[in-house]
Order: sequence, then C-alpha cells, then structure tokens
Amino acid sequence: MAKAKANQKVHPLEELIRTERLPHIWCSGCGVGTVFSACLAAIQETGIDHKKFSMVSGIGCSGRGAGYVKLDSFHTTHGRSIPFATGIKMANPSLNVIVFSGDGDLFAIGGNHFIHAARRNMDITVICINNFIYGMTGGQVAATTPHMDRSATTPYGNPEMPFNLPLMAYASGATYVARWTMIHSRDLTDSFVEAINHRGFSFIEVLSPCPINYGRRNKIKSLDMLKLFADNTIIKNNADPAELDIDFKKGVVLGKFVDIDKPTPDENYEKVCMMR
Amino acid sequence: MKYWRAPLDTDEIAVVRGKVYIINDRCKGCGYCIEFCPREVLEFSKEFNIKGYHPPVVKSDGCLNCHYCELLCPEFAIYTVEAD
Repeated sequence: MAKAKANQKVHPLEELIRTERLPHIWCSGCGVGTVFSACLAAIQETGIDHKKFSMVSGIGCSGRGAGYVKLDSFHTTHGRSIPFATGIKMANPSLNVIVFSGDGDLFAIGGNHFIHAARRNMDITVICINNFIYGMTGGQVAATTPHMDRSATTPYGNPEMPFNLPLMAYASGATYVARWTMIHSRDLTDSFVEAINHRGFSFIEVLSPCPINYGRRNKIKSLDMLKLFADNTIIKNNADPAELDIDFKKGVVLGKFVDIDKPTPDENYEKVCMMR
Repeated sequence: MKYWRAPLDTDEIAVVRGKVYIINDRCKGCGYCIEFCPREVLEFSKEFNIKGYHPPVVKSDGCLNCHYCELLCPEFAIYTVEAD
C-alpha cells in the first residue's frame, strides 16, 4: 500500500473509488466491501498505471463492485463476466483484466464459462467472493451452500453437497489458485498482487460473511462468522486441492494451492495460427 | 508493554504512533474495527451518524499505525496515518 503521508486527510484508496456513489449498497457487516478494498489496495500496490486495468463483474451483491471503482469497469449480464473479460483481453492484451464477482454468478449460472476460460489459461484474474448463498435475490440455496445449511429455499437444511471451488479451478487448468477469507486481508492483498502479476488464469476464492441472508437463517452473526474464519481455518500452502472442502468443524484450509507456468492463448495462437 | 527482560536497544528504537481518522457518515456500524483492533483503541460512540448507526470513536492513544482497521473496514470509513 502506498505509504500514507502524515498530513494526509483523505482515505488512501480515495483515488480509486467513486466517492460520490458512497455509501455503497452492501449491508452492514457484509464482507464484500473488505474484499473490494483489498482488491483496490492490491491495484495500488502493483504500481501499474490505472489506465491499464479493467474490472468486470456480473450480477449479484459483489457484482456491484464494478460500479464503485474509478477504472474502466463493466457490469455485465448474469454469469457472463468471464466471456466479457476474455473479449477485453483478446482485443487489448496489454490490459490487466480483473473479474470481481460472486459464487452464484461465476459458478452457478456462469460455471461453464469459468471452466473453459481456465482450460484455455486465459490471462485474467478471477476473484470469487463466496458468501455461501444467493445474497441479493433473497437467500436461495446456491451451488456453494454447505450441506445441511438453511436458506430461503431449503428451510430444513441443504440436502446437496457444495462445490469445492479450488479443486474445480485446478482440475479445469487454472495456473494460480488460492483461497483466503476476508479477515486475512493482508494475505489477501498479497495474493491479489501475485495474481495480477501472474501470467495466465488466476483464481482466488474469498470466503465472506453474509449477515442478512445466510447469517440470519443459520443463526450466526457476522462477527461470530469472522471469529469462525479466524479460529477454524488452517493456512497450508500447496495443499492437495481434493482436501479443500468447506467444513468449519474440521477446519477450512486456506493458502496458495497452485502456481504454475503455462502458455496463454495469445502465445499459442501466435505459435499455431500465425505466419504459416 | 511488559518484557521478561528489557531489550538492549530499547532506547534506540522509536515506536511508530498512528492517528486514526474516521469518516462518520460512511460508517454502517458493523463493529469490525472495534472488535479486531489489536490495540483496542476504538469503541462505539454514543452519537448517531446521518444513517442512524453508531460510528467508532477513539478511546485511547495506543494506535501503532498498523492499518488493520483500514484494511478491514468494508465502507472505506476509517484510516490511519503516522502521527507526527
């Protein structure tokens, strides 16, 4: 983060947020704002010109992020943030494209786009805020709701099993995979910086509390959720992605799991299709 | 701070002090900064802000400018700078 000067009287991220739109729509106690500020801090820390960034988000609570950032940003249709980002990157490879979206947008309606962008190793950074539920639409069960957790559509508990997102990203071919929670904000910022500088598809899952639609139905307040994140998590870099199920009773594994180097589609196109 | 044995260079090391700035009208009263401040320098104020929440106030001058409240605040409503 840029070193704050002693007589500075504005927030250090002020140059990156559209302050006229604040306060934002996220509820009191929601973690999306923290992840958003970590993302902006990471953008500042990379030292890259702000004109070389583009932020894309889909629909949902976290999808509103693109509206608050003072960069070129796009709020796209539901689930289509990754195809949109792929298009931006193909049209202008010098941009750093960040997809800032939620679990419902990226993995339920946009699941197919995610696995294919990861397969191609598209050079974009995907930040997935996992709040375990469809927050904005009223708390319906999502593809990431833990087994037996309550939601608006599963009042007796979720009978299904959730996705293991890092495993899915790894199996699809992502070259940078990490998971943090919103309370590990320093590690999170460092991870965002690494992911922005990483060449290839980088995926970061961030666990975040949803006090209204998840917390209220599961009788857990947002502060207790944060304490759960602090106490029942284990930081284990390079852990086997198959062991990364979210189960707070046995402990959720955080860290950087995959960081490998593979050619991006641009390089492959140059090699295969050009100058025959 | 209590030490088992005073470090030899304790006179030479200057402890960094911080000053907390709070933008009251952005606060939504989630209490994360108050709960997770490692030096416990914040508490809820008695007054309301424009949206009807209780923003934090500084209760002691123990801030060490670690920026954790600034990182954790979802509302961009608190930041610290190094004190003169």
